[in-house]
Amino acid sequence: MTLVWLILIPFIGGLLCWQAERWGEMAPRWIALGTMLLELLITLGLWWSGDYQLPAGAMAGAADGAAWAMEWRVPWIPRFGIDVHLALDGLSLVLIALTGFLGALAVLCSWTEIVRRVGFFHLNLLWILGGVVGVFLAIDLFLFFFFWEMMLVPMYFLIALWGHSGSDGKTRIATAAKFFIYTQASGLLMLVAILGLVFIHYTNTGEYSFSYEVLRNTPLSDGVAMWLMLGFFIAFAVKLPVVPLHGWLPDAHAQAPTAGSVDLAGILLKTAAYGMLRFAIPLFPEASQAFAPIAMGLGLVGIFYGAVMACGQHDIKRLIAYTSISHMGFVLIGIYSGSKLALQGVVALMVAHAFSAAALFILSGQIYERLGSRDMRKMGGLWGRMGSLSGFSLCFVMASLGMPGTANFVGEFMVLFGTFGVAPWVVVIASAGLVLAAVYSLILMQRAHYGPSRDEQRFADFDRREYAMMLSLLALVLFFGLYPQPLLDTTASAMSQVQQIFSVADANAATTLLTGAR
Amino acid sequence: MLTMTHLVALTPLILVCITAVAVMLGIAWQRHHAGTAIASAAGLNIALLSVLVIWQMGPVETPLLVIDGLALFAAILILISTLVCVTLAHAYLEKYPGPREEFYLLLLCAAAGGIVLAASRHLATLFFGLELLSMPLYGMLAYAFRERHSLEAGIKYLVLSAAATAFLLFGMALLYAQTGRLDLAGLAVALTEDPNAWALAGAGLMLVGLGFKLSIVPFHLWTPDVYEGGPGPAATFLASASKVAVFVVLLRLVLVAPAFQGDWLHGLLAVLAVVTMLVGNLLALAQSNLKRLLGYSSIAHFGYLMVALVIGDGLAVETVGVYLVTYLVTTLGAFGVVTLLSTPYSGEDAAALHHYRGLFWRRPYLTAVLTVSMLSLAGIPFTAGFIGKFYIIALGVEAERWWLVGGIIMGSAIGLFYYLRVMVTLFLVEPGMQRRDAPHDWGVRAGGVVVLGLALLVLLLGVYPSPMIEWVKLMAVAGS
Repeated sequence: MTLVWLILIPFIGGLLCWQAERWGEMAPRWIALGTMLLELLITLGLWWSGDYQLPAGAMAGAADGAAWAMEWRVPWIPRFGIDVHLALDGLSLVLIALTGFLGALAVLCSWTEIVRRVGFFHLNLLWILGGVVGVFLAIDLFLFFFFWEMMLVPMYFLIALWGHSGSDGKTRIATAAKFFIYTQASGLLMLVAILGLVFIHYTNTGEYSFSYEVLRNTPLSDGVAMWLMLGFFIAFAVKLPVVPLHGWLPDAHAQAPTAGSVDLAGILLKTAAYGMLRFAIPLFPEASQAFAPIAMGLGLVGIFYGAVMACGQHDIKRLIAYTSISHMGFVLIGIYSGSKLALQGVVALMVAHAFSAAALFILSGQIYERLGSRDMRKMGGLWGRMGSLSGFSLCFVMASLGMPGTANFVGEFMVLFGTFGVAPWVVVIASAGLVLAAVYSLILMQRAHYGPSRDEQRFADFDRREYAMMLSLLALVLFFGLYPQPLLDTTASAMSQVQQIFSVADANAATTLLTGAR
Repeated sequence: MLTMTHLVALTPLILVCITAVAVMLGIAWQRHHAGTAIASAAGLNIALLSVLVIWQMGPVETPLLVIDGLALFAAILILISTLVCVTLAHAYLEKYPGPREEFYLLLLCAAAGGIVLAASRHLATLFFGLELLSMPLYGMLAYAFRERHSLEAGIKYLVLSAAATAFLLFGMALLYAQTGRLDLAGLAVALTEDPNAWALAGAGLMLVGLGFKLSIVPFHLWTPDVYEGGPGPAATFLASASKVAVFVVLLRLVLVAPAFQGDWLHGLLAVLAVVTMLVGNLLALAQSNLKRLLGYSSIAHFGYLMVALVIGDGLAVETVGVYLVTYLVTTLGAFGVVTLLSTPYSGEDAAALHHYRGLFWRRPYLTAVLTVSMLSLAGIPFTAGFIGKFYIIALGVEAERWWLVGGIIMGSAIGLFYYLRVMVTLFLVEPGMQRRDAPHDWGVRAGGVVVLGLALLVLLLGVYPSPMIEWVKLMAVAGS
């Protein structure tokens, strides 16, 4: 039942926020903050009390029937064998905790930014988070799709109603529509793939089922598996984003309100990586194995494209958006390398990127609040004029470029190290991308915070709320950078399952190759 | 020979007709707006109850009509949408300067026509039902005949509808000339024995006639104008009950008659389906009038529905059932809001999109209804529309018709664009422009309650569709 409450709490909290607007505009903020902190506390409680390190014996058996730390299941649409089936393991736990934390940050960072229609804003914000938690918990494919599509609607409203108009005359509504259509249309491809899988299962057994565990064992011919896998992959690739499908991201980030950017970069992008780890690879191991070189190639393209584009941006939020694309390239490479080290690195990198990107977006939101612009051509020499803001910027820019001691370093290092055994050339090229990361990070710092200042005007220093946000983020980045073990322990079993699936597929492929050769 | 069983099976139809006659006599005796509306609603409710009783009986056939699961299913949908129209009309016509009571008479006649049409198993009843459905609609669409647009809508529908009827009759004549039969079962047998070009042409011409009523591309040209011009309740009826009845009879034809399953016509249907969804959605993009937009959207939705006709087996009947229910509930909700905003009647309906700017900040619940309807039309989860779309895509995937599936995905992606535009308009800050508004107490009036109920139903069907699916499955089994 706890799992149901995890999903319901943000939804109920959102409705309360909407209605609470009549008691003044502070009420929705406090309710939203309380809701997200409650969510975070519950997750941390689960983390504390539960055991997510499965014994080695159970791991061998886990290859066919995944083992969950918690499970909840009731029939929903018996006609098609659809259940409300929620399950929690280490991976989803970490990501839900992340959702709770960033959700609280998103509420905090819009404390002074959003002044109009506060209640409805928090309704949308909390519903996005509720949908995301649903995505992380749903194990029935229909339910997963349900939440996957549902979370787009409040995000659309967030961008369309509270967004900023773009610097080059693009309206926020057009941007929001672009975001929605990209993700919704690709989502429909995933629905088609899900249905294809279900009907193949139906022809084999005469029973409808959308259950993850049942469908995992569906025998598929190679060609069909590849097509179905592509259906899933494209949906996730749009959200991650993988480069040819990334068109919505820079605009959406640039024009979303700060809270929207924090959610988008911190959590929504992670749903895509989660989807690949949870669904695309376990459902189609052989096809994923065959597709891995292409996926890694796309990851490489993403790393370089994102970095090069980031160097040419004037809008500070667009710059950070492009760096996200670059970082997600590493995630994609790690996911498809199939080595356990790299997969654990992916989790670490996802968490680290969530913190650093969220922090950078919050910082640019704060610059915008003080300066009234996000254009770096109008900045320069901010160091010393904005109190501690520039110092924090420096810290998080360093984190984002993967400085040792920060969590990002742990993630990138593990991804590269783990992949090296599988695809050394990919790692060599990807490492060159790290140089570009240093370039765009320095450009950001140099143009915004150093250099000649345009005037001598001084801006307000951080207040206590802003200090609290930044310090907690910085503490987490450093903590996981210096001692990532708790994170790795929690997700170890989930990741080793993925790794096993991959290696089994590899072995199968090798056998087919051998028998073919004979 | 007409027996007692037949009479019992026909009770809903008879009850609707009795109500129509009673309303007519009542008008002749003394005009009373509220009384007429209440009498119509009561008659429709009793008819609805009788359908639920007859549901237990199993199929009954008379020479001209068949009362099976499909017919009863259609009857329920038609009666419910007529009830909604009556409730909306009552509020809408309250301040109408001309005679108000006749609207209910027309509505009841059209409902009776729809029920006959959906239950027909003979070309004579098919024609009779179709005309009984269409004739009152001319009057309803042109009811506010002092408005240029309303009159134009009525006349346009009259002229084009007559042309379509001519096609239909010609098709029937060709089929009759070839086979000498007019009942559907007989036609089916005769055509299986001896399929030839003339019979095929006949079937094609009938398809044109029915396609016109369903506004399938390229017979859709009348739709936006008529939707825009007709008074709210009339447009609601046209978009809901009328389409359901015609679609059910088309489904019957396609399922029964092998001429429709021939390769050539089958291919034609598939092409028409794809073209209809794409053209409907594309043309809707440029609309700035909500009623026109809904008109194009309904074209697109019937494009999706035609996928079920093309595939015609497996889940097809169940899909049609589920989709029709979800489409009906959603459309009634959307048109209901438009009608309520134009209530009470004062000239042209408030349908231009700028009337809706910032509606949320004035009428949050009414806007919520329209938002839910738009989301449902777009097929977003948590709404009924998603279940319908899920069924259609499932059907396409099951039959491995990838072109049709591709068309649905393309159409949905394009469709999102204009549904989102309407939605965001509702929430935008209002400029100081002059605007129309629903009466202040809309939420507690009959029309408001109905519209709110529809929105809740859309959400309920989206979250917990099992009972509906079970019910439709029952219909599909009973119907086949």
